[in-house]
Parts: sequence; structure tokens; C-alpha cells
Amino acid sequence: MTTLKLALRNLLGAGLRTWLNVFALSFAYLAIIFLNGLMDGWQKQAKKDTIEWEYGKGQLWHHKYDPYDPFSLKEAHSIIPEGITGAPILITQASIYPEGRMMSVQLKGIKSDQNIINIPSSKLQYSEDNIPIAIGTQMSETTGLKIGDKTIIRWRDVNGTFDAIQVEVIEIFNNTVPSTDNGQVWIGLEQLQKMMNLKSEATIIVLSTNKSISSTDEWVYKDLDFLLMDIDNMIEAKKAGNSIIYILLLVLALLAVFDTQVLSVFRRQKEIGTYIALGMTRWKVVMLFTIEGGFNSILAAILAFAYGAPILYLVNKAGGIPMVADASEVGMSIADSLIPSYTISLILSTVLIVVICATIVSFIPARKIAKMKPTDALKGKIQ
Amino acid sequence: MNYKLLTSILLITFSAFAQNYPDGKTILEKVDQNMASDNRIIQSKMVVHGKRQDRVIESKGWSVGIEKSLTEYLSPAREAGTKMLKLDDQLWIYSPSSDRIIQLSGHMLRQSVMGSDLSYEDMMEDKTLADIYNVKVTEEDQVNARKCWVLELTAKTEDIAYQKQKMWIDQERYIPLKQEMYAKSGQLLKKTELSDVAQIDGRWFPRKMTYKDMLKNGEGTEFIITDIKFNQDIPEYLFSKASLKK
Repeated sequence: MTTLKLALRNLLGAGLRTWLNVFALSFAYLAIIFLNGLMDGWQKQAKKDTIEWEYGKGQLWHHKYDPYDPFSLKEAHSIIPEGITGAPILITQASIYPEGRMMSVQLKGIKSDQNIINIPSSKLQYSEDNIPIAIGTQMSETTGLKIGDKTIIRWRDVNGTFDAIQVEVIEIFNNTVPSTDNGQVWIGLEQLQKMMNLKSEATIIVLSTNKSISSTDEWVYKDLDFLLMDIDNMIEAKKAGNSIIYILLLVLALLAVFDTQVLSVFRRQKEIGTYIALGMTRWKVVMLFTIEGGFNSILAAILAFAYGAPILYLVNKAGGIPMVADASEVGMSIADSLIPSYTISLILSTVLIVVICATIVSFIPARKIAKMKPTDALKGKIQ
Repeated sequence: MNYKLLTSILLITFSAFAQNYPDGKTILEKVDQNMASDNRIIQSKMVVHGKRQDRVIESKGWSVGIEKSLTEYLSPAREAGTKMLKLDDQLWIYSPSSDRIIQLSGHMLRQSVMGSDLSYEDMMEDKTLADIYNVKVTEEDQVNARKCWVLELTAKTEDIAYQKQKMWIDQERYIPLKQEMYAKSGQLLKKTELSDVAQIDGRWFPRKMTYKDMLKNGEGTEFIITDIKFNQDIPEYLFSKASLKK
């Protein structure tokens, strides 16, 4: 206890030098917590939006369906199994001709009475002559299509026969999930089944409950852990990239602590000699200096909390950090502004990492004390 | 009574007129005699009309029947050396810049060939029309001041790319002068116009073809034959993947 008190008194006694170190470390704290919180917030938002707009509570996939292989769509469809509560979706490749330009798209047929995912399907009612479609805002920007615009869609039915028909944009929805927006055209399920000559068939079924379903030869159950795996992996990869920024900040702050320690051991030789003369062992003095260095990180945590907490709170209250990149560039769901999410475990683990690192860099120069001759130290002889 | 008599007279008259039209299948067979050959070597220019400027792509093609063909692009410099090999229902492309052979399938077949109005899948259509379509002569018409039979082709089975086609066949030379391809819904998808018909090796053959994707804006793509030779001695090794890199 005496050592702790003494260490704190010495540290505070050093004045500005201590506070410079503490401020640099506190900045590293803030950077680590903020950047990780931003990534966690993004992960949380991406998962929430993707569940609400695309994955539902899980999905059943036709066994030949591979979302990364458009070639698989040709054969990935069969009769919708009975007794499954969900929104069946039939997917096929097609071309649209906005303003006379040809664009390859995925045509997705969804039941108009579904409410499992947020796609505005209620307006996609079956129609003989005025076929309604819904597209996302990104798709609207790319094609230049607005509500009420008509365009031609061309596709090949199940037999490979070309067919084409005029469709009308009835809804443009705004979301952050690129896989429901970029290059996607939503149409009524019944309509697409008729167009494709695939009565009662679907490619995937979005489930309304997360109760596990046994896979069959035709349909394979995919739970949310599987479906969201890509988002988790992408965020982890981005976190690793971001860590370079705060590792640099932390290294700079720890370098300042290290320098201070080297200087202290050099300048406070008489003091070290006095401690030993008064009965402290050399390793006790090493511990005292190490604790002094380590205390930098604790004071920094308090300082970071004091000025950082209000800043981070205000950032969240102001609606987060506006994002310049849109989802189509990133390849996964990203909101217009990201709201960082801070958890207790994130804060505690950050404090622990910084304290351990600060203690280690404080110990390294303090080890020299163990090799000092107390008499020479008392005399102030440089060793 | 008078009404029934009039109907009968009209029916007899129309059937008499209808009988004046030759059999559609016979016309198509005569067209095939002109257009098809055991093999051919073609040198051609493809003019792609763009929004700002036109592009001219020159190529040389070797083909045997309708199953095998090899095309080598000669110019512009950027495309020179690119080769395209079609064997039955498979298509490979060799690009000299990457020195790679790629097999095209799925949605890649829907892409346009060198920015033209022709897609790769259009080039894959290789069945003889008489085999896959029921043919009916519907009327007489004129194209470029030439008298034509208008043929309506309806697919015999459901697995044909275009369920309906219309062809204008020169009554004298048995050469198609115009062709329209329709979607199942009746929407006109593509139009081809053939002109500059000349007699080559004892057969009539169109030396200029204009393809137009009717859903796209633009003036279409012209395919001009600068030289054509029929029934030549074409070595078999040309139609192999190995020949693409040579």
C-alpha cells in the first residue's frame, strides 16, 4: 500500500511531464474505443438491416442455389414445400432496357402478402397488362428509373425461350442492403412464376421463425449464423485494418512513457540510493518505478473517461458518423451514418490492454535499478 | 341462304389464293441451299454504330456446317488476335492480352459481341430453321423493290429461343432480305436486314447484314462480307482449343 501511495505521489509530483504522458495515453484509449465501437456499431446495424431486408429468421435454399454463382439459378428451383411458414422467392436472370440501354439484372419474385422482410411487396400485385416492379434507390440511380416509369424486361423462361414484356416501376425503396438493391428487380411471385413457366416453384424461402428445420434432398436449411457469417468476417477484416491506426497511436504514447521512465531512472539515482539505504530491496524499488509508469495508464483511463465520454455521447446523440461510401462500394450493408456501439467488455478489455502495455514498458527501463550499486547511487554517480 | 352462298364463295376464293403461295418448307429448303455450305471462309467488317462514333472490327472466320466455327479478329489493334471458337453448344474466347482461354456460359452469353447488337447467344443459335419451325407463307411483300414471300415461322417445340419469326424471302433468288425475331409475348426483339446480294460460286448470297436489337437504342450493327469462299479445304485442327493460342 505504501508503495502504491508513494508511486502516485511521485507521479503527480512530476507535474507536466506526467500529464503529457497521461494525455497521450488517454488519446490512444479514446481512439481504440471509438474505432472498435464504430466497427461494432456497423456490425450491429449491418446485421439488423440484413435480417430485416433479406435473411428474415433464416432461409431454406434450393440445394442447387449458390448466391455467388448466377449460373446456378437456371436449375435452382422446385415446388415450394408444404407446411413451411415463410416468404418464397423465385430468382432468375434477366435484362432490362432503361432508356434503350441493356442491363443484366436479377429478377426476384416475392409473394405480395408477405411481411417477413421489409421489401414493399404489397404493391406487387398480379396484373395481366401493367406489371408492377419495385427497385431500390441505388438501382433507381443506376438505371434512371423513377416511380411511374415503364421499361422492357427480357428474360428466358424455363425452356430457354426469349420473352419480353413492359413493366412499370411502382415503388422505389430505400435501404442499406446492396444485395436487395444493386442489380435487383422485385416483382410479384405469381407473376414471375407465370413468366418463367414455373408454377408454385421458388429458389429460396425466407423463414418467419428461427426454429431449426431439417434439410431435405431438395431444400437445405441455412440458419442466421451461417447467413450472417460473411458480415462477421468482413467486419473482422476491417477491424484488423483499423487496428493499425490505434496501434500506432498506442505505440507513440507508450514510447513517451518509456522515455519518461528512462529519464527518471537516470535523474533520480540519489532517490533510488536513499530508498535502498532506508531498507527497500532493489526489486522493491524496481516495482515502485514500474507502478509509477503503470499508473500513467490508469490516470489516462480516468482522463479519457472525463473528456471522452461526453464527446462519444454527443457523437452518438448527433446521429453518429456520416458515411461517404455507399453500400454498393463497400459490398455489405452500410447506413448513411454509423452509430458507434460501446460495450462494457470493449471498454474493460481496452483498459486492461493499455495498463498491461504501459506496465511492461515501464518495467523495462526500471530493471536497470536492480543492477545499481546503492552507494554509488547515493553519491549520484552515473551508472 | 344468300349469306351461306357468299361465305362459301369467299372461302373457295381465299383457299384458291392461298394455294397460290408455294409451300413454306420448300422455300426454306431453297434458302438453305443458298445460305448453307459444307464449309466457308469469310473475311468481314463489323460496323458498330455507337452514340459518338462508329467502330469497325475486321475479322476472318472459318466454319464447317453450322456446328463448328472459328473467328479471328484482325483489327482494330486492341482486338487483333482475339479468337472465338464455337463447337456445337460451347463457346470459347481467347484473348492475346491475357493469353487465356475462357469458356462463356450463363449470363456471359447474354453480353454483346464487341459492343455490337449481336450477343454471344445469338451466335450459338445453330439449328436449321426448317427442322425447328413450322412455316407458313402469309403474304407477298416488297423489300428494296424485290418481290418477297413473307414466311411466318412458329416454333415446333417450347425449347426454341424465339417462338416466332418472320422472314421476307426474295421470290426469285431465294435469299432472306429481312428477318424479325419475336418474344413469346409477341414483342419484337431483333431485326435483321440482308442486302447487297451477289452471285458467288453459283449461288446468291447477301454480302451485307444489318442486325438491330429492337429493345436497345442505336442504329444497329452492320456485318459486311469483304470476301467469301465456299467449300474450301479447311484443316480439322483449326477447330480445337489448341489452335486458339497459335
